[in-house]
Amino acid sequence: MSPHSTYESLRHLADSWGLMAMAVVFVAFAAWPFRPGAREDNDTAANMIFKDDDHGE
Amino acid sequence: MDKMIARAAWWLAALLIAVLAVAGAADTGFAIHMGIVALAAVIGLWVSLTRTDYKAVASGAITAPDQSRYDDDPIRWGVIAVVFWGLAGFLAGLYIALELAFPALNLGLEWTTFGRLRPLHTSAVIFAFGGNALIASSFYIVQRTCRARLAFPGVARFVFWGYQLFIVLAATGYLLGISQGKEYAEPEWYVDLWLTVVWVAYLLVFVGTLVKRKEPHIYVANWFFLSFILTVAMLHLVNNINLPVSLLGAKSYPLWAGVQGALVQWWYGHNAVGFFLTAGFLAMMYYFVPKQAGRPIYSYRLSIIHFWALIFLYIWAGPHHLHYTALPDWAQTLGMVFSVMLWMPSWGGMINGLMTLNGAWDKIRTDPIIRMMVMSLAFYGMSTFEGPMMSIKSVNSLSHYTDWTIGHVHSGALGWNGMITFSAVYFLTPRLWNTGRMYSARMINWHFWLATAGIVFYTASMWVAGITQGLMWREYGADGYLVNSFAETVAALHPMYLLRAFGGLLYLSGGFVMAYNVWQTIAGRQRVEEPMDVAPYDAETDRPLVAVPAE
Repeated sequence: MSPHSTYESLRHLADSWGLMAMAVVFVAFAAWPFRPGAREDNDTAANMIFKDDDHGE
Repeated sequence: MDKMIARAAWWLAALLIAVLAVAGAADTGFAIHMGIVALAAVIGLWVSLTRTDYKAVASGAITAPDQSRYDDDPIRWGVIAVVFWGLAGFLAGLYIALELAFPALNLGLEWTTFGRLRPLHTSAVIFAFGGNALIASSFYIVQRTCRARLAFPGVARFVFWGYQLFIVLAATGYLLGISQGKEYAEPEWYVDLWLTVVWVAYLLVFVGTLVKRKEPHIYVANWFFLSFILTVAMLHLVNNINLPVSLLGAKSYPLWAGVQGALVQWWYGHNAVGFFLTAGFLAMMYYFVPKQAGRPIYSYRLSIIHFWALIFLYIWAGPHHLHYTALPDWAQTLGMVFSVMLWMPSWGGMINGLMTLNGAWDKIRTDPIIRMMVMSLAFYGMSTFEGPMMSIKSVNSLSHYTDWTIGHVHSGALGWNGMITFSAVYFLTPRLWNTGRMYSARMINWHFWLATAGIVFYTASMWVAGITQGLMWREYGADGYLVNSFAETVAALHPMYLLRAFGGLLYLSGGFVMAYNVWQTIAGRQRVEEPMDVAPYDAETDRPLVAVPAE
């Protein structure tokens, strides 16, 4: 492939399938903590830093 | 014993190679650098020979690290390094601010010119002050949130000392004129290679600790730290693909040229801001703010959205540094659009941090560390609003290349990175040295006000200077010629440069107050002082009202 067509094909990938794949993956990651039943997990995770005595000694 | 001999042999080999490199060096700068490496090898050799407990080795009592205790030594060194490099970096910043106002301070020497001291300042504050804060706090946080002792203790010590060697090589290199000339990526090829080794070791220690965690969930601060370590590794490698002129010389040339080189550089440069100065420091925020406030983060869900949105958006924002250049127009627009979109996750994160104090707002009045954290988040919010605004092309045509950019960077660096690092130092010092509290809470308060006033002087003067500069540069007369010469714009900015230097002086003074406070805390002293918040009590009025008969 000539350098120019490499550029063209990458450019094409970036503003079509590449963009869509990125958007879908992002939405999936962002939606993950909102899945049913995640509330308790989130609370546990947020509070775990208080489990130990301050310095752990 | 074998292990000790092997270690000494390694140090000797390093010493020998460094001395040979000095002998065969192609230029003076490289020779001096290899001399520094040789000195480091001598110190390493001396320490490994004298610090070994020969009795324990002889009796075969090899002590394995106690897994029920956290490994805090590298963190203690880190806190001291943060304070030391902070002072060095702020001092260098004040000096170059004064150089801009009074050029005679260049001293007529090549080593002390603005062009060489400026990267010394930026690297000292970003990589030395900020980097040590990130390494130390990541080692602290990853142990506490994984509830496991640090993995690979030897490697962790190598990370700390190796990173200090990187800093010394980079800083001395700038003074000697050794530079790639790429902003925030100035160190030359051999220093870059050394940093790569240190960084891979850092990744190993961090991931090793995550792997041996006792907690099922990886706390969100560690996500930010891991993304920071991985992304900085990628950026550093891609932006520093250079071909050295000679294997024993300092000079090298980059593989990327022209506009590709510019794009790679600003892809690196902006993500250094995004992942070094933002993701890493957000990790500190997500641990230290909830811990200091004694309340969990406002919304754990929001923190996860904050994380993914930063990761997905930041990496595309770099081209906004190249508006109106040879970079293709679509790439410029892409950089601008992604920068504007970044505003949302940034403010989401700021709100998440601030709202953690919901129901505990009184702590801003009573706890100077919380006060610092809140100010730091406020500056995070302000600079992440200003940044997207400045990335808009029409705004950028006024602001770019002016002091407005410098003001923007310092509102983020002094306000957000500086303040969150100071509060981390104040959080860590009493815990690491087990003193209960800092030497003086009132001094923290003094530091807070000195730093805040310093930032106000700094950013306000740079806004005025930047807009003045931008307007003067673009002013055309009726006949189509530029109205102002460059020297005239410099003269117009002189008062602003004085105000900026004054702001820097205040910020540096705050740093000295912190250094004294940390020093006294480590020495085990506690200042006798009035607490920050006292409910007034007057024994005289604390009695029932007695009816007095009329006269």
